[in-house]
Amino acid sequence: MSTPLLQLTGVTKTFGGIHALSGMVCEVPEGKIVGVIGPNGAGKTTLFNTITGAYRADAGEVKLKGVDVTQWPSYRIVREGIARTFQNIRLFGSMTVWEHLLVAQPHSESAWRRLLPIAWANPAAQERAEEVMAFFGLTELRDRPAKSLPYGIQRKVEMARAVTARPKLLLLDEPVAGMNHDEAEEIRSLMIRLRDTGLTILLIEHDMNFVMRLCDYLYVLDFGVLIAEGKPEEVRANPVVLDAYLGKDD
Amino acid sequence: MSTYYASLLAESGILLLGALSVYIILATGQLSLGNGAFMGIGAYLSSYLTVALNVPLTLALVISAIAAGIIGAIVAFPALRLKGIYLAMATVGFGEMVRSFFLNFDTMGGSGGYRGMQHISVGYVWLWAGGILIAVMLLERSRVWLEMQAVHDDETAAGLIGLNTVVTKISAFAAGAAVAAISGGLFAHHNVYIEPANFGFERSVDFVLAVILGGSTVAPGSLVGSLLLVFLPEFLRPIADWRLAAFGSLLVLVLLVRRQGILDRSLIRMLTFRRAAA
Ligand SMILES: Nc1ncnc2c1ncn2[C@@H]1O[C@H](COP(=O)(O)OP(=O)(O)OP(=O)(O)O)[C@@H](O)[C@H]1O
Ligand SMILES: [Mg+2]
Repeated sequence: MSTPLLQLTGVTKTFGGIHALSGMVCEVPEGKIVGVIGPNGAGKTTLFNTITGAYRADAGEVKLKGVDVTQWPSYRIVREGIARTFQNIRLFGSMTVWEHLLVAQPHSESAWRRLLPIAWANPAAQERAEEVMAFFGLTELRDRPAKSLPYGIQRKVEMARAVTARPKLLLLDEPVAGMNHDEAEEIRSLMIRLRDTGLTILLIEHDMNFVMRLCDYLYVLDFGVLIAEGKPEEVRANPVVLDAYLGKDD
Repeated sequence: MSTYYASLLAESGILLLGALSVYIILATGQLSLGNGAFMGIGAYLSSYLTVALNVPLTLALVISAIAAGIIGAIVAFPALRLKGIYLAMATVGFGEMVRSFFLNFDTMGGSGGYRGMQHISVGYVWLWAGGILIAVMLLERSRVWLEMQAVHDDETAAGLIGLNTVVTKISAFAAGAAVAAISGGLFAHHNVYIEPANFGFERSVDFVLAVILGGSTVAPGSLVGSLLLVFLPEFLRPIADWRLAAFGSLLVLVLLVRRQGILDRSLIRMLTFRRAAA
């Protein structure tokens, strides 16, 4: 197999005495949807934070397409191709949906063009924003302050913001948490369509059924340790997983 | 127009630039209470250039703005580690530092002040003030401004969507310092006399007041605030000694009922008869 898009080796992160992540090893191959599951406090969000440079790993390496990005600042990692959403939605309080889609695009244009009104200087960025807005069905909500929208739609805006940056890898932290069945199904089909356009997705999710029907491969974390991995069917049948995760799930 | 009102008008143009200098920095979520110092740097440097070196005024203003911008960027570096009131306090400290530097700077008169500048007209003041206001209003529609807003709203998230928040915050400080320096250069050449006390803490507070009163979320808010701050006390003159108290009460009232200040996006939309966003 060729170099995986994302590769973690021995990634460790501790907070005081807590081992949030111990010697995490995983791979995300290109064009797949990979899931990370585990009980509350297992270290899933910590995993995302170390991948994106929000936290510095205490040990281990994060490689994107074979390039070691472990010590890079967040913004460089994002520009290299990793975009994410947050478990507790983090939209910008003063911005409309449209503005969220413009602000998150990569910075290819010159500094001068970035100082000029977007309407004059940047038709390409606007086209991209329109395209992504349509894809996520947000066009109607274009001028609404993003934070005033219902929770489920805020999650979509956050996903859309991540996607406008044209990432290679999309990290989604519990993208359907708090959503009803229909909303969750819509997100699932959006994710499949994104995958079909060549995007690779790594997602954290609590809802086992959701993960089982969506992911090509799963990693299971418990107390910061990788306790199992494999295809959804294999993981579902693994007694260690049933013990650690499903047994406790409420 | 009487010379009295002309000078008030010039004063408000100078205040507008000071207010915009605070507004630009505030747009990234940083409060500077030291912009009087950047104004002072602009005032002293441009005066020295025109009086001692015979540099044409417009060129002197541009040079002062660039110099102040560089100083602003340098000051912003240590300030990156500070947030909220701690940052505000540090900028107060910076302001006092600069003021006492000019007090002891005997080459340019020290506490005795500096004079000899050629007088400029209200028109020239407003050419700069209006020009920079329009430039900031255009900037507000740019990508860079969206990045500043992102840093203002949620700095961590801004970094995690690929924005270089350090560059954004430092650039805002540099730009704000440059605009304050223009304000100072115009002040010096309108008053034809400057002394360190012109650029102290009170001046910095005036800038912030103009922004907060007029509207801290849109550039024209600084215009409204500057005009009010200069002209309102004059119109309240009939109530003599009470006018400052009345003015203070008005300010408190505005802050209580309209935290964003008098002008904001939706009020502008209403005034321009554009349909409010659904
Ligand atoms: N910034 C931090 N400071 C201190 N402890 C932290 C920090 N971030 C995470 N932790 C701890 O690390 C452990 C793993 O947390 P993490 O948020 O990664 O879990 P999670 O798997 O995402 O859980 P959940 O399903 O509840 O979101 C927890 O014990 C948490 O308290
Ligand atoms: Mg989590």
